[in-house]
Amino acid sequence: MLPSLHLNSTLNCTTLNYSSTLLPLRGSRRRTRRDVANESLVPAAHPARRYPSLSASLAPAREEEERKEGALLPPPLRPETLPRHVAVIMDGNSRWAKARGLPSSAGHEAGYRTLKKMVELSCQWGIRALTVFAFSSENWTRPKMEVEFLMTLFENVLKERLGEFLREGIRVCIIGDSSELSQSLQKLAKEVVDKTKNNTQIDLIVAISYSGRKEITQACQNIARKVKDGLLEPEDITESHIEEELETNCIPEFPNPDLLIRTSGELRLSNFLLWQSAYTELFFTNTYWPDFGEADCFYLLWRYLCVLHKSVIKFASGSPFFLNNSGPFHLNGHERYVPQIIFLLQMRVDASQDLMDHRFM
Amino acid sequence: MGKRSRKLVSKILGRVWRLFRRWLFLMLSFGPMPEHIAFILDGNRRYAKKKKLKMGAGHNVGFNSLVAVLRYCYELGVKYVTVYAFSIDNFNRKPEEVQGLMALMKEKIDELLEEEDTIVHKFGLRIDFWGRLDLLSESARLAAERAMAATANNTGPVLCVCVAYTSTDEIARAIKKSCSKKREEEAAGARGSIAVADLEKNFDSAHCPDPDILIRTSGETRLSNFLLWQSALTHLQNPRPLWPEFSLRNLIWAILKYQKAHPYLEARRRRLAKKQN
Repeated sequence: MLPSLHLNSTLNCTTLNYSSTLLPLRGSRRRTRRDVANESLVPAAHPARRYPSLSASLAPAREEEERKEGALLPPPLRPETLPRHVAVIMDGNSRWAKARGLPSSAGHEAGYRTLKKMVELSCQWGIRALTVFAFSSENWTRPKMEVEFLMTLFENVLKERLGEFLREGIRVCIIGDSSELSQSLQKLAKEVVDKTKNNTQIDLIVAISYSGRKEITQACQNIARKVKDGLLEPEDITESHIEEELETNCIPEFPNPDLLIRTSGELRLSNFLLWQSAYTELFFTNTYWPDFGEADCFYLLWRYLCVLHKSVIKFASGSPFFLNNSGPFHLNGHERYVPQIIFLLQMRVDASQDLMDHRFM
Repeated sequence: MGKRSRKLVSKILGRVWRLFRRWLFLMLSFGPMPEHIAFILDGNRRYAKKKKLKMGAGHNVGFNSLVAVLRYCYELGVKYVTVYAFSIDNFNRKPEEVQGLMALMKEKIDELLEEEDTIVHKFGLRIDFWGRLDLLSESARLAAERAMAATANNTGPVLCVCVAYTSTDEIARAIKKSCSKKREEEAAGARGSIAVADLEKNFDSAHCPDPDILIRTSGETRLSNFLLWQSALTHLQNPRPLWPEFSLRNLIWAILKYQKAHPYLEARRRRLAKKQN
């Protein structure tokens, strides 16, 4: 049984116990105004400490390379064991603001600051693609003032951060039904996407006015158009044809997220990346999005490592499909984990057990 | 004499247990009840390993557990239950295991239809099979078609069994159907693009409402290509017990969690319906 995790830096959610995987935790309750008031008395979390890289002990020759790539990544995480594509549903801004007696616009601004931090963290730690659910197509039914505020916020963010996207090498893609957006926002979005399309550090997909079902229907319409033009027969339509037409194909190497995080304790997908999350690990956390910090992110990535480790144990424990050299090599749905699994196996299962047992203070 | 009295005692205890269950379900039904529950039956093999059973015996135990859970669901008044019995990915398992599963399916379908006191006859169950039935073995496919035909006219609750099923495959088949229908319509002169509702009509699950709760046992946090389209607003739960260990207590806890989240879910569902129309 895994021990419970106590971090030195303050976690803004309640201390999490591993005996329950998803929420709600037994005994946990919604944070009240008193809790919020008490939290403001606690000192803010200190910035991430620089931990020495584990690889120094294992392979001294790789130390230089490790320092460049994963030096800011706290152990036991390694850049190779991180999910390549992370999706985030940034839920809870309005509730966070309501708990503090602020208007929802303050919640959205705080959410934007958290998103900025999350993008920086992903760049530093080596996550290759980040998809965020900024605005759902259902959110158009929210109060008009809130919707207008959000649209203005998106425009301002895109305008102000364009320089930073270019500097940091962030490639921005905007997915969703752009016909519902204002003309100026559409133009700005196109400009940002065009200017950043050659960046290679990290891919940031922002879903604005997005609905998973509409995306699949749009793909169906595109395919129907191809059928009409005689390029494709209906009997020949396969899943890969559909995947090519989906909007997340702007990252052709890994269009499907490895990990999906939803904050604020709601346990559903809400029409986000329905097709793409067929094999995605779905992690839910009680924290509201503005409170989501480095510690929470680290904890979820650690849990992802645990899931990977389970696959390693499964394969290394003598599953006939793994050890059968003469027959076909079936990974039973775990194909996408292959680079990470090979990495962990190279370190040998006992070494990876050390990673799992590693306590950090 | 001792045997008869023991039988009598167990009969009385059975009646008391049924009465207690009815009272419990009555208490639960004061809150909002789910209309459709979906289960991913995960953990049979791990259970067999844990209890040191023979290879393939885990699935037998899993089936018994399924029948018990279905009985509780239908007594609760849940109208639709969907179970993920066999995925297209599972064809990659060992051939002996796959054949064993096909044989188990045929045996259990025959048992459910032919024997007297099963849930099919007790509740007037209608059984539906979703997925690529043509990928199954001949005997399993025939058994499935027989079950669908025999229960087609029943008016009671519905059991949807997903065999040789993945959600992406279901969506691909629906798109194929929509595209060929669209081509025929355009040849006849009709104009207009495919809408969300048109695509939904071509799904295997067209006549079923979206699931209210999706339960994956054994604590895994993936959907594994199950009901991706339909679970846009479903309450996702993943209790720790393995499927053969999933009992009435876990089911009641799952429904209580759903009832806690229900008011918010209802509002979202209304907004999604309004948006789509």
